[in-house]
Amino acid sequence: MEFFNTLIFLLDSTIRLSVPLLLAALAGLYAERSGVFDIGLEGKMLAGAFAAGAAAAISGSAWAGLLAAVGIAVFLSLVHGFASITHRGNQIVSGVAINFIAAGSTIILGQAWFAQGGRTPSLGGDARFGSIQLPFAEALSGVPLVGDLYSDLLSGHSLIAYIAFLLVPFTWWVLFRTRFGLRLRAVGENPAAVDTAGISVAWLRYRAVICTGVLTGLAGTYLALSQNAGFVKDMTAGRGFIALAALIFAKWRPVPVMFACLLFGFLDAFSIRVQGTGLPLIGHVPVQFMQALPYILTVVLLAGFIGRAEPPRAGGIPYVKER
Amino acid sequence: MADAAIELVGIDKSFGMVHANRNISLKIPAGTIHGIVGENGAGKSTLMSILYGFYQADRGEILVGGKRADIQTPSDAIARGIGMVHQHFMLVHNFTVLENVILGAEGEPLLKTSISKARAELQRLERDYGLEVDPDAVVEDLPVGLQQRVEILKALYRGADILILDEPTGVLTPAEADHLFRILRQLKEEGKTVVLITHKLREIMAVTDNVSVMRQGTVVATRKTGETTVEELAELMVGRRVLLRVEKGPARPGEVLLSVRNLTVRDARGVTMVDNVSFDVRAGEIVGIAGVAGNGQSELLETITGIRKAVSGTVTLAGRPVDLTGAADPAELRARGMAHVPEDRHHMGLVLAFEESENSILGYHRQERYRNGPLLDVDAIRSDAREKIEKYDIRPADCRLRTANFSGGNQQKIVLAREMEQDPKVLIVGQPTRGVDVGAIEFIHKRLIEMRDRGKAVLLVSVELDEIRALSDRILVMFAGRIVGEREAQASEGELGLLMAGVEQKEAAE
Repeated sequence: MEFFNTLIFLLDSTIRLSVPLLLAALAGLYAERSGVFDIGLEGKMLAGAFAAGAAAAISGSAWAGLLAAVGIAVFLSLVHGFASITHRGNQIVSGVAINFIAAGSTIILGQAWFAQGGRTPSLGGDARFGSIQLPFAEALSGVPLVGDLYSDLLSGHSLIAYIAFLLVPFTWWVLFRTRFGLRLRAVGENPAAVDTAGISVAWLRYRAVICTGVLTGLAGTYLALSQNAGFVKDMTAGRGFIALAALIFAKWRPVPVMFACLLFGFLDAFSIRVQGTGLPLIGHVPVQFMQALPYILTVVLLAGFIGRAEPPRAGGIPYVKER
Repeated sequence: MADAAIELVGIDKSFGMVHANRNISLKIPAGTIHGIVGENGAGKSTLMSILYGFYQADRGEILVGGKRADIQTPSDAIARGIGMVHQHFMLVHNFTVLENVILGAEGEPLLKTSISKARAELQRLERDYGLEVDPDAVVEDLPVGLQQRVEILKALYRGADILILDEPTGVLTPAEADHLFRILRQLKEEGKTVVLITHKLREIMAVTDNVSVMRQGTVVATRKTGETTVEELAELMVGRRVLLRVEKGPARPGEVLLSVRNLTVRDARGVTMVDNVSFDVRAGEIVGIAGVAGNGQSELLETITGIRKAVSGTVTLAGRPVDLTGAADPAELRARGMAHVPEDRHHMGLVLAFEESENSILGYHRQERYRNGPLLDVDAIRSDAREKIEKYDIRPADCRLRTANFSGGNQQKIVLAREMEQDPKVLIVGQPTRGVDVGAIEFIHKRLIEMRDRGKAVLLVSVELDEIRALSDRILVMFAGRIVGEREAQASEGELGLLMAGVEQKEAAE
């Protein structure tokens, strides 16, 4: 029974930890499927987290925080779009710039506004997206197995966590069942085909990066208002990059993205769990190794086991019509 | 004269320093097939891209059906019933045929209804025009001939009355090209107007009603096809008299310099690309390998020249065997007297960002005469390059110009000069005149004959059947990785065409 409890606890943290990864990876999916590589997921998430923390602290409303986070993340996405779509700049450079801007400005503004060493004030109550108890969670908690799974694992997450997982089928549906999705996939593979079909390549890609902005804003909000009680400097801690790894790992497909994020979330949860304690048979494992595992796994699996991840063909290449 | 489907008035377009279209006026009568010929870079594709709204003209007017049409984007053109089949297909490789056809013409925001509508419409088009293609096939799995059909279907699905085809036959077998022409005639009978852009004069003669000739960005003449000749059109294209036939004496074959035996090559996926191929090339003869692109010619060339590994088989170069299973080193083969003009000069033949002089020694840069100790002897390289520029009439005559700034024909001459001036025993040439204008083709053909007459063994691979027939002393036909036949140079086009399509082989098997 103790093992079972440990497992439930581990899976529960897996879900919590994979939510920001999932949101960021889905965000990246929209941009990259349209042919705009986005290495700035990290920065947008961080800026979003700060905006959420700051706005929620000032207004006392989590919804205001969400709005601010989405607003700033969309704005940064549009900056990325302006540089890489309109001005055909290098998408990596633009993404890196956004990461730096976000890392620096959140600390400076945080210190200037709240004077707590770059943090935003601690939040509580309505200023956070707290956990939601699903119906009958209380009643079922006594039922062995099914009840425990339902009440301890599925119930009790924040609204944004549920949204994140609902976004997986939604994204699949958008991508493969709608006109927008068809065009989005087409523009990432062959923008000239889209252009000659009479569709604006630029407008299509702008819409894609706006989707990316909204989702990274959600991811930032989750970090600041659900997982934590406010913004802490550098709180994204590389999650934007792990999300990119998950995206590649999943070959830019929504459902595999979810499983990749759950896997990485599980590794994260596991590394926290075993921190300081030894593993049976293996003994003490350095925490750094556990933290590096998602990356090592991506490289190893991509290299040998799941075959080549073929990115959208036009990814990273600005569309130039005239010669 | 029938009403004009399209009228262009004073179209002018520049790309930076390049004046691609100069004050072009042109009338295309409705319900006809109108050919536009011209050399590469004459401005044909630019003009048609303007008509399709892909580029915007700097000046000038377009009239469609007698009405002034303001075509700013492809969707404006589509709305006026203009469809275009581009030279490089505008298809999404991992989409199905249906998805490609509806892209941009979906109608509703959800795909379900538009897909089923398109399926029915495709069936109708298939019936009316004989354009069969599996709507659920993924485009990249289709042969190029069918991919082109998808492009035509795309245009028709959008309700095109005027269909522009840009160099449509470059990737087709003669039989596929004939099928395409039948489709075009059918379209004409249905009252559609077809504009055919090509540099192949034979196609113009075969299928068009009228033909306009472009040269250096202007339309120099428009003729009724029935009232002109290939010779006249060629002269109009180039601006001077052109020898369409290559003049050459009989070959005097000597000893075998290149001998290939039972060569088998597989690609990275394990698919057999070259299947048990054997042949000889003697000194003083040109052996041509004909075939539709993608039947193993590229792999054959790459293996013989040491770029790709063979699975089995032997190659003997001037009496000495070449180690094919290990890393046969292209540099070593060069040193032993094999020169290689690769099929794709951009991909393998040149570094476009380099100066002309650097490209003119690439691969031979270790030779003593280009070296000054461990360093390159830049003066020697440049004077060497200047000699080649003069001898091969490479323009502009500037050995310090970036190679990317030369035209296709002159880039090809840079490669040819580099390889031929090494005085090799064996010359391997892939697609010597791909993307090269008529004037330069004549020059390159003469040089190849000259190499033959100097006792070199020349192996020529080309997808241009005319070129193979004009130059070769013996013709081998490749199909599906195998040599399916050897013919004399006098073999008829029809006979070779059947071999290229693999027809004879099937009959023999039955």
